[in-house]
Amino acid sequence: MNKETAVIRVRDLVKKFGKFTANDKLCFDVYEGEIFGFLGANGAGKTTALRILCGLSLPTSGEISVAGLDLYSNRERIKKRIGYMSQKFSLYEDLKVYENIRLYAGIYGLSRKEIKQRTDELLETLELEAVRNKRIAELPLGWRQKLAFSVAIIHRPRIVFLDEPTGGVDPITRRQFWDMIYQASRDGITVFVTTHYMDEAEYCDRVCIMEAGRIDAIGTPTELMEEYKAENMDEVFIRIAR
Amino acid sequence: MNKISVDIQNISKSYKDVKALKDISLQINQGELFGLIGPDGAGKTSLIRILTTLLIPDSGIATVEGYDVVKDYKEIRKITGYMAGRFSLYQDLTVEENMNFYATVFGTTIEENYDLVKDIYSHIEPFKKRRAGKLSGGMKQKLALSCALIHRPDILILDEPTTGVDAVSRKEFWEMLMRLKDHSITILVSTPYMDEAELCDRVALIQDGIILSVDTPGNITGNYEGKLLAVRAEDLYQLKKDLAGYEHTLSVYLFGQNLHLTMMEKNSEKDLRSYLKTKGHGELRIDQINPNIEDCFLDLMAGKERNP
Repeated sequence: MNKETAVIRVRDLVKKFGKFTANDKLCFDVYEGEIFGFLGANGAGKTTALRILCGLSLPTSGEISVAGLDLYSNRERIKKRIGYMSQKFSLYEDLKVYENIRLYAGIYGLSRKEIKQRTDELLETLELEAVRNKRIAELPLGWRQKLAFSVAIIHRPRIVFLDEPTGGVDPITRRQFWDMIYQASRDGITVFVTTHYMDEAEYCDRVCIMEAGRIDAIGTPTELMEEYKAENMDEVFIRIAR
Repeated sequence: MNKISVDIQNISKSYKDVKALKDISLQINQGELFGLIGPDGAGKTSLIRILTTLLIPDSGIATVEGYDVVKDYKEIRKITGYMAGRFSLYQDLTVEENMNFYATVFGTTIEENYDLVKDIYSHIEPFKKRRAGKLSGGMKQKLALSCALIHRPDILILDEPTTGVDAVSRKEFWEMLMRLKDHSITILVSTPYMDEAELCDRVALIQDGIILSVDTPGNITGNYEGKLLAVRAEDLYQLKKDLAGYEHTLSVYLFGQNLHLTMMEKNSEKDLRSYLKTKGHGELRIDQINPNIEDCFLDLMAGKERNP
């Protein structure tokens, strides 16, 4: 992790929907190569903030830069520099494994040669060569999620956003998935991740906990556990949210 | 002797080539809070859909309160409260209209069974004129549970009620379930969250259509064989790599800020410590710990892979 470089810089981010304030003056930085956990109860405003950082929605006010670019004037360029994966949707179920990879790599503008080379690399690393021609619908959930993550970083983005990537995944695969997250972080990719598993919050370099549109706590898991005199992140979370 | 509420004998179910349930047998006692614990794709929903008479098994027999799930489906539907995985209410009806609808379908009224749902329904009653679609996630969950209970069922079947729900709402939901036990309703609940297992009277750990273990949470963790160590150091990622490469390691998994390590027999912590010292790990800590349900699940999964 490189604390010198902030790849996400958020100052006084406000997002209103009518009278409702979903994000209320959020301020935080995310550093290069960091694994940044973004936690909060349902309805706390996580998804709203995540959509803004991905360039999918405009804030009401605030200064935001993502991957070195000002959000207001560069939303399309930002999209090229980030990757995104969610639990709900990532891959096309009716397409084959290699077709999904080709589709995403193509969208991100990789050349044919690069696509072929990275597809082969990716399938070899994941040990999925045997299912290259299978449709996504035929793969177990755990395999799909690992594949979806690899596809989300196929264009070597500076930041990858993961929205509850491990929901419902079996405990072994969940851990293999985190190995992949660590590897990506070591390769310099910043990982911005939301999760409801509090043990996963402890795998993050820093976590930020949202509550009712505001940031209630931010720091390393160790700092937060000390501050809230808690044994683990589950206790920290409960103390903040209650 | 406990009275049996749900009796499942050798149930199998396939979808084309996929064997969702492989010869499953299981008994749930009356008044028990029973957890079906396993990841997505384990077969939880298939089993629940068979018990709620929404799916017919390929083979095997299952009864709910003595009624056969195939022949007596009409009887089972009268005595079962069911909350499906996805939000199952009418979004365009108000809270009160949803409640009235469910009550009417089962030939009862809200007033008649108010005492049973009061504890849960009172939280959302102030919003009874609000459309269900406009409720927050936690309130939707409470409404769905109230609707599933309004006809005073003998058995309540909940398919992943806490999936995608935050840690605090999950705790609240389980507190509601615990209090329902006082009304001696049998409760079957499925979940992918291993930590919820510890709140059940008994659990079945399920994976790939097979039941890995059925017992009380205490017995499952008590039957864990081998010694479990929690190991931590400054660089957890490197520590994991080094432990995975250690010749005496049987298994090593991430658990929060610790690694949970099992080793082959006859290896002392001393050797482990000196091995890790040679790898240059700072702030090293090794403690022997008691396993939790997730440790057991991982162990049972790994055991199945070793001897399929």
